Amino acid sequence: MTVSLTHYLVLAAILFTLGVAGVILNRKNIIVVLMSVELILLSVNINLVAFSAFLGDLTGQVFALFILTVAAAEAAIGLAILVTYYRNRGSIAVEDINMMKG
Amino acid sequence: MSVAALFFYLFSAVMIAAAFMVISSRNPVHSVLFLILAFFNAAGLFLLLGAEFLAMILVVVYVGAVAVLFLFVVMMLDVDFAEFKQGFLQYLPIGGTIGLIVLVELVLVVGSWTIGSTSIANVTTPMPPGMTNTLALGRVLYTQYIYLFQASGLILLTAMIGAIILTLRHKVGVKRQNIAIQNARTPSEAVEIRKTPSRQGV
Repeated sequence: MTVSLTHYLVLAAILFTLGVAGVILNRKNIIVVLMSVELILLSVNINLVAFSAFLGDLTGQVFALFILTVAAAEAAIGLAILVTYYRNRGSIAVEDINMMKG
Repeated sequence: MSVAALFFYLFSAVMIAAAFMVISSRNPVHSVLFLILAFFNAAGLFLLLGAEFLAMILVVVYVGAVAVLFLFVVMMLDVDFAEFKQGFLQYLPIGGTIGLIVLVELVLVVGSWTIGSTSIANVTTPMPPGMTNTLALGRVLYTQYIYLFQASGLILLTAMIGAIILTLRHKVGVKRQNIAIQNARTPSEAVEIRKTPSRQGV
């Protein structure tokens, strides 16, 4: 029995679902929400690399590289905002983040 | 069952279990460690797919940089993480329902997926035979996708500057070296010659 493209796609779908469920379940803990977003991006990367391997096309791997870049930038900026927010408010509870509400 | 299939099931089972522990763990530090485990298994899957460069990048960038960044932030913030878990059971029905719907939809979409004959014929950058993955990727990246590559470099630069500006703060009352003032000093204003009478002290 060989591993087909469908196996990888289903695996990425399960990982994506876990990421989405993590965003919903851990709504109060913004750090775990950021980690769930990383899981979602990882599942997208698995999809891209799987298609790249099974189609024999390098473009998928190039785009996976770009997604990796954007994910790293997103994590850095998100955590920097989190640290700044914690300094200003002394808490990172998501319900308290309403300073910009009119 | 071949060795590759065995490793695929091993890596994917461990990765899904680790991802589940990331979202359900009580302690965020454990979440970060399970995230690292998931990244390692994803790197193994990339190796199975023949994308060695991306597998190594995943280990270096994600495990070495992003996950450690998460770990630093989790440990730096003095927050009681136990209280965040209180809404977990409250959101469990809606989260589980939405997750299940998304999963069923995705599996229905990708389950019957087959690669059409035209999509293989229309491959834009085919993998050159007899070339390592890193070499082939580099040849494509620095020629065909050079503008996107530069743009991603700009994104990283922007992120770096943004993160520094967001988190850097100058403390008041700290003595700093001011080179311009130091260079502007002249002997006439810096050195004073006094004549003290002898045997009288200063």
